[in-house]
Amino acid sequence: MTNVDTANLPTRAYDPFKGLGFQLYCELIRLLRNPGFLIPTVLFPIMFFTLFGLPNAKEDIGNGVTVGAYLLASYGTYGMLSTALFGFGTGIAAERGLGWNRLTRATPMHPIMYFSAKIITAMLSGLITLAALFIFGVLVANISLPLETWALLTARIMLGMMPFVALGLFIGYLGNPQSATPITQLIFLPMSFASGIFLPIKNLPQFVQDLAPYLPAYHSGQLAWHTLGAGDNSSLNSHIIWNLGFTVLFLALAVWAYKRDEAKQYG
Amino acid sequence: MTLAVELENASKSFGSVQALRNVSIKVDAGEVVAFLGPNGAGKTTAISIMLGLRSPSSGGARIFGQNPREPKNRARIGVMLQESGVPGLLKVRELIQLFTQFYNAPLMVSKVLEMANLTEKKDAIASALSGGQKQRLYFALAICGNPDVLFLDEPSVALDVESRRAFWQEISGFAKTGKTVILTTHYLEEADALANRIIVINKGEIVAQGSPAQIKSRVGGKNVSFKLEAGNAVMLENLQGVQRFSKTGESINLYTLEPEKVLQEVFARGLQISNLNVAGAGLEEAFMEITEQGASK
Repeated sequence: MTNVDTANLPTRAYDPFKGLGFQLYCELIRLLRNPGFLIPTVLFPIMFFTLFGLPNAKEDIGNGVTVGAYLLASYGTYGMLSTALFGFGTGIAAERGLGWNRLTRATPMHPIMYFSAKIITAMLSGLITLAALFIFGVLVANISLPLETWALLTARIMLGMMPFVALGLFIGYLGNPQSATPITQLIFLPMSFASGIFLPIKNLPQFVQDLAPYLPAYHSGQLAWHTLGAGDNSSLNSHIIWNLGFTVLFLALAVWAYKRDEAKQYG
Repeated sequence: MTLAVELENASKSFGSVQALRNVSIKVDAGEVVAFLGPNGAGKTTAISIMLGLRSPSSGGARIFGQNPREPKNRARIGVMLQESGVPGLLKVRELIQLFTQFYNAPLMVSKVLEMANLTEKKDAIASALSGGQKQRLYFALAICGNPDVLFLDEPSVALDVESRRAFWQEISGFAKTGKTVILTTHYLEEADALANRIIVINKGEIVAQGSPAQIKSRVGGKNVSFKLEAGNAVMLENLQGVQRFSKTGESINLYTLEPEKVLQEVFARGLQISNLNVAGAGLEEAFMEITEQGASK
C-alpha cells in the first residue's frame, strides 16, 4: 500500500469561484448551440411590441411619454423577467432532474460559482433580448430617447430582474424538477398581466389594480416606467425597496429549498 | 498510514425506513474497498454520507479528517455516481475540461480522454453517447482532478460483460498508482476483481468484512438441485459441507460452499439422481447464510 503524505501537499487557499470562467463559457456556448431557445426568447417581446405598441407608438400618454416608449419598457421588463424564470430557474431544475447537480455537489465545485455562472448567463441573454427589442423600437417605431435614458432604463430593468432570479432559483429547487416549468407559467403569466406588464395597469379591473402593488413584477415594471417619467404616484425609491425586499425573501426561500433538496435522486 | 475516509457510527433514516444503522468504517489511503450488498442494502446511502451529499441522522463522516459537507474538503476526491445524466449540448472534452477546473492539480484533458478510452469521442455531444460511453465519461469526470480517493457507485451496472472487463482494467490501472478506491457493487465477481477488502452490507448493517478470499469462502456458495426417488432421500443424511437443505417431493435443493465435494459424496453413496443443476447462488442467498451465521454466534 502506498502512503499519501498529507503533510507535504501544497495547501492552496480554496477559491469558491474557481472555474467560473469556463463554466460561463460552457453556458454561453450551450446558449449559442440552442437557437431553438434563444430565437423565440428574443422574438417574443418584439412580437408583443409589434402587436400592441407599433400601431399607436406615437400616441402621447401624458408627461411627454409615448405609447411606444412605455410599451418598450413593459416588454423589455417582460423579456428580462421571463429569461430569469425560464432560462435560469427551469434550466437549473432540468439539470437537477438529470442528476447532474448531484454529481457536481460531490465535487469541490462551490454552488456559489455554479449559480453565479447561471445568473450571469441569464443576465447576458436578457441583455441580448433587451438590445434586440430596443433596436427594433428605434429602427421600426422611430422611438427616440436620450442615450442616458436608454442606459438608465437598461440598468433599472436589470435591477427589476433580481427578485425573479431568486424566484427562479426557489422554483428550481421546489418540488420535483418536472414541475418547475408549469409552476413558473402558473405564477408568471397571471402576475405579469396583473402587474400591468402586458397591458397598461389603468386598463385593468379595479381589484387587479388594488392587488398589483403587492406583486414583485409590478415593482419591476415601475422601475422601468419611472425612468421614462410614466410611473405611479409612489416614489422610485419605494419600488427599489420593494424590489430588494422580494429579492431577499425569494433568496431565503431558495436557500431553504436548496438545503432541503439534499442531492435527491429523481428517476 | 493515513486515514483517507471514515464513517463513525453513521446512521441514516428516511422517515420510518432505516437505511443505515450505526455503521463505522475506516479506509486507509491506498486501499481498494468494495461495499458489496443487494439493491437497497444501504450502499449508496453510505457512500452519499462519505461524500457529503447527505447528512447522517447521527454519527459522522470524514475525508482526510475533514467534514465532506464543505466543498473545499472534497478537493481530493473524484466521484462516479449512478444515473448522473449530462447537461445537453456540451461536448465530451468540454465537460471534462469543465470538471478539471474544479480541482487544484488536474490531469491533462488529453490524458484523461486516453485513460477513459474516449479520445475518438472527444468532440461528440455528451448527451448523445451510448450507455457504455457515458459510463466511461463519468469515469473520466471522476479521475480528471487526479483525486487521491475515487468513489464509484455501482460503476459497471449499465455495462455488458465485455465492457465491464475493460472498465475493471481502467479502474485497476488507476488504483495501481497508489490511489484509494471505494466502490459499491452487487456483483461478488466485481468486488473480487477490484478490491483488496470487501465490506458486506445488508439492511443497513455491516454483516461481514475481510479479504476477497475470506468473503468468497462465506458468500461464494452454490445452489445444487437434483431429483431423487422419494424413498432414497434418507440416504442424504449427514452430508458434509451442506449449509442448507430442503426437499419438496422428489426435488432436493441444497446450498454449499463446496459443491464438488458434496456431489462426490452423493455419487459415492450410490444415489441415482437426475436433473442435476449447479448454479452460483445470488447474493441474497449468501447474505441469508451470513446473517444466520451471525445470529447463531
